Amino acid sequence: MVDLSVKIGELNLQNPVLTASGTFGYGEEFSDFIDLNKLGGFIVKGTTLEPRQGNAYPRMVETPSGMLNAVGLQNKGVDYFIDTIYPRIKNYRTNIIVNVSGASIDDYIAVAEKLMPLPNIPAIEVNISCPNVKQGGMAFGTSPEGAAEVTRRLREVYKKTLIVKLSPNVTDISSIAKAVENVGADAISLVNTFMGMAIDVERRRPYLSTITGGLSGPAIRPIAVRMVWQAAHSVRIPVIGLGGIMNGRDALEFLMAGAKAIQIGTANFIDPAVTIKVVNELEDYCQRHGISDIKEIIGII
Amino acid sequence: MSQKNISNFIIKESISLTDKYQLMILECTEEAKAFQDIKPGQFVQIRVDNSHHTFLRRPISINDVDIENRTLTLLIRKAGDGTKAICSLSQGDTLNLIWPLGNGFSVDITPASRIILMGGGVGVAPLLYLGKILRMYGLKPEFLLGAQSSDDLLLLEKFKEIGTVHISTDDGSLGEKGLVTRHSVLSTHIDKIYCCGPLPMMKGVAALCKSNNIDCEVSLENVMACGVGACLCCVEPTVKGNRCVCTEGPVFNINELLW
Repeated sequence: MVDLSVKIGELNLQNPVLTASGTFGYGEEFSDFIDLNKLGGFIVKGTTLEPRQGNAYPRMVETPSGMLNAVGLQNKGVDYFIDTIYPRIKNYRTNIIVNVSGASIDDYIAVAEKLMPLPNIPAIEVNISCPNVKQGGMAFGTSPEGAAEVTRRLREVYKKTLIVKLSPNVTDISSIAKAVENVGADAISLVNTFMGMAIDVERRRPYLSTITGGLSGPAIRPIAVRMVWQAAHSVRIPVIGLGGIMNGRDALEFLMAGAKAIQIGTANFIDPAVTIKVVNELEDYCQRHGISDIKEIIGII
Repeated sequence: MSQKNISNFIIKESISLTDKYQLMILECTEEAKAFQDIKPGQFVQIRVDNSHHTFLRRPISINDVDIENRTLTLLIRKAGDGTKAICSLSQGDTLNLIWPLGNGFSVDITPASRIILMGGGVGVAPLLYLGKILRMYGLKPEFLLGAQSSDDLLLLEKFKEIGTVHISTDDGSLGEKGLVTRHSVLSTHIDKIYCCGPLPMMKGVAALCKSNNIDCEVSLENVMACGVGACLCCVEPTVKGNRCVCTEGPVFNINELLW
């Protein structure tokens, strides 16, 4: 029996496998394919104070070993989440984390305050790294000062586990990781998508309505592993790693680089059952290598 | 909404209809009850394992269903690397499908209704199973198929087995010459039109239906990633805001769309 459990802030995860926000809906979209209760947890779609229609279609283009998206945080707002979605998903026996986004710090705070009383939402993940919104999002996440300011203000009001999701579109990830740690983040998750662009040369125009979008998928994995490794060596709080994980082997890269938990994102689109396969593959790996506790290999690089 | 499955299918037959179109008959290798739940107009997401350039699955609409023999028939247009890779597979090879997906056409209509099933290009694909189901419900589906030329008309004999077929070709090589949206049958009394084809064709027929008060459903093919309503990439603006083509579509009543 392998111990796959890890701890992130106050959260006890039965295994280190989480899902990346925006790729897993509200979990229930995947309930035909997997037993959600077997995940370490799942992180639901980016939630804002007011409903958002997101960006105009086309919002997605496939690229080599990945995809660009410019969804732009389409969601029905935090009140709809609390009234309609939360009652449907709250009884899953795993950690349900809400990804929180906003155009201003006050927006983030308002959403966090509304979510805090929900007994079955033990944590929020603060998105200061969305490349697809004009205001807020990545604007906060690309400077240590901006990242620290959002985190500090949220820390004052949000008493549960506070995870800050960092943008990779920065020169020095370590300084941003340290900045949010210093003002009380319980954990950081990285990486969000890399800003990218693709052009339809036949039609002579960008594929995306927004021209640029966020690149995800295995195309970004080596860069993500590097950034997770850099961040993990800069902070003491837990790091959650993500970026192009397609299988257990990929997840192990992030764990060895220093991530205490991992998120699976774009891979859910190709295999809606991939998360459970990764849990099983981590267990198989540990058995094969005589590891009784997955924590033995976390951060060995 | 029907239970979604991930299953392996064996290619029983792969028939090249033209250099652009392939007809594939796939048999499910796993015990799954989903066949009788499949609605006409639903689609599958095919994983593409044999193309370096393809990352995401390819959404392909269901052309026909054989519940007894547990087979799905797909009509595939070789549009890019992904669909070409799928079509290059041979009898006996395996494909991994997520199925069935989407809402499908609504088939609960008055038996005496005059209905037209209108398609162009690969868009004719879902109309075959739709026609079969409507006929099972006691209706007399009529098909209106458009193509550039008679050589581009797909599965014509199969459609003729189910109902009357009206044809338009751009070059006049078969049926009426000109755009399918100007076919004379459209100026007769019609209660309902189901349409799947190129966007200009669907928008054309939608405009015609709106001005003549004809009930009309169209099947959209917006670019999609997940196919299960999670990524919100394939959205279409509707009277109720942006909605996912993969789960709330691909079939929409034209009154829901902002066309």
